[in-house]
Amino acid sequence: MSKSFKDIKETNTWKELTEGCNIYEGATSKYFNTGEWRVDTPIFIEEKCKQCLLCIPVCPDSSIPVKDMKRLDFDYDHCKGCGICVKVCPFGAIEMKKGEN
Amino acid sequence: MSIRERLSGNEAVAVAMRQINPDVMPAFPITPSTEIPQYFSAFVANGQVDTAFVPVESEHSAMSAAIGAEAAGARTLTATSSCGLALMWEELYVAASDRLPIALALVNRALSGPININCDHSDAMGARDAGWIQIFSESNQEAYDNFVQAYRIAEHKDVRLPIMICQDGFITSHAVENIELIEDDKVKAFVGEYCPENYLLNDNGTMAVGPYAIPAYYMETKRAQLEALKNAKKVALEVAEEFEKISGRKYGLFETYKTEDADYIMIIMGSAAGTGKEAVDELRAEGKKVGLLKIRLFRPFPSEEIANAIKHVKYIACMDRTESFNGHSGPIGNDVRTALYNAKADCEVINYVYGIGGRDVTVESLKSVYEALMEIEKTGDVGERYHYLSLRD
Repeated sequence: MSKSFKDIKETNTWKELTEGCNIYEGATSKYFNTGEWRVDTPIFIEEKCKQCLLCIPVCPDSSIPVKDMKRLDFDYDHCKGCGICVKVCPFGAIEMKKGEN
Repeated sequence: MSIRERLSGNEAVAVAMRQINPDVMPAFPITPSTEIPQYFSAFVANGQVDTAFVPVESEHSAMSAAIGAEAAGARTLTATSSCGLALMWEELYVAASDRLPIALALVNRALSGPININCDHSDAMGARDAGWIQIFSESNQEAYDNFVQAYRIAEHKDVRLPIMICQDGFITSHAVENIELIEDDKVKAFVGEYCPENYLLNDNGTMAVGPYAIPAYYMETKRAQLEALKNAKKVALEVAEEFEKISGRKYGLFETYKTEDADYIMIIMGSAAGTGKEAVDELRAEGKKVGLLKIRLFRPFPSEEIANAIKHVKYIACMDRTESFNGHSGPIGNDVRTALYNAKADCEVINYVYGIGGRDVTVESLKSVYEALMEIEKTGDVGERYHYLSLRD
């Protein structure tokens, strides 16, 4: 039985799985492109953004990267398009667009 | 030298817990197991153990806290009865599938309704498919001995599953009996330190416990869990052998009493086995070839082993201290019949529901079961195969 997360595959036999399907690594959710679940897409309008960063803590999927105290464009591999960031933005710097992209 | 004492079954289990000195005990009181956390919390208050005692708000929380603590890497135990175990139902399955070797002292009591606080096995039987190891005790001594052996079975690398040590509510939990305790240092050495390979508070590696398993994984995970449970049979025997060396007391998967030349056998579990042995002795004195098989390890069920021990016997009575509501059989009746069918044995098996909700189980009542088996042989008429013992009819 391998204990590496990358060796957990749908072709594993019952003898090859980890005990209780436990995962012996952290932050493995980044390997899953859950962004493909998205129905509507938030669009970042950079010129309207005041970098208040209110959108950061409300994102349930940590899909707004921050660098040097400034938010960047969305991580669309993990954003599921819930739209909470649009509601919380005081400056209209995020708009919801119909569709996955 | 072992220590001669006189203790109730609850106190005996609490003493075993003190000797084990676990890391965490979350518990919520319920009759008739209340005394176990009560005695144990006194040990905590007196500084006799290093355990973190967590007085939770319900049994649902007790088992949830036990899961969290055990997953963190702490040796964890709790105690409950009846509706308390029922309230743990969801968590029992989680503890087993997450492969967490929690120990639970179950003091068997009837499930409501009608509401009743007395002994039967309906609580444990409701949990029999949860994936826990289940061991039943006949006496206070056995409840203590089984608890001392519990972690060695549950934490074994080939098993890693939670374990339930059962004893009969009030009958053994509250009755005071003579008992031989093992010295603290010997128990400590026997049980050993808990050193899991993986746990949540491990500095040297992160892990996720109990992740979601999509259909591609769930079935394989369950099959692996079954294998671990099956391994508990071999491990329980190995641990019993080692236990005999420190205690002089012998344990197996089950105990046979005068079965070798028996024509009529009763299969029973828990405190009523003692009453059954007395019935056997009295009937043997009259020249009747009767015997008894007492199940100790109920989950995993020692199917081939029990079949091998009894397949030579013509007439068998399975005694269930619960009602299974399938209309034809109790849990022991089911398991024993399956074992005998798979072994291609040709035995007449009848099944009794007895002692539920604390109905008295007497030597006379159990003798009547053997007499019913003899009557079947005499008349050749099995008749109804599913009976209630000592029922006003």
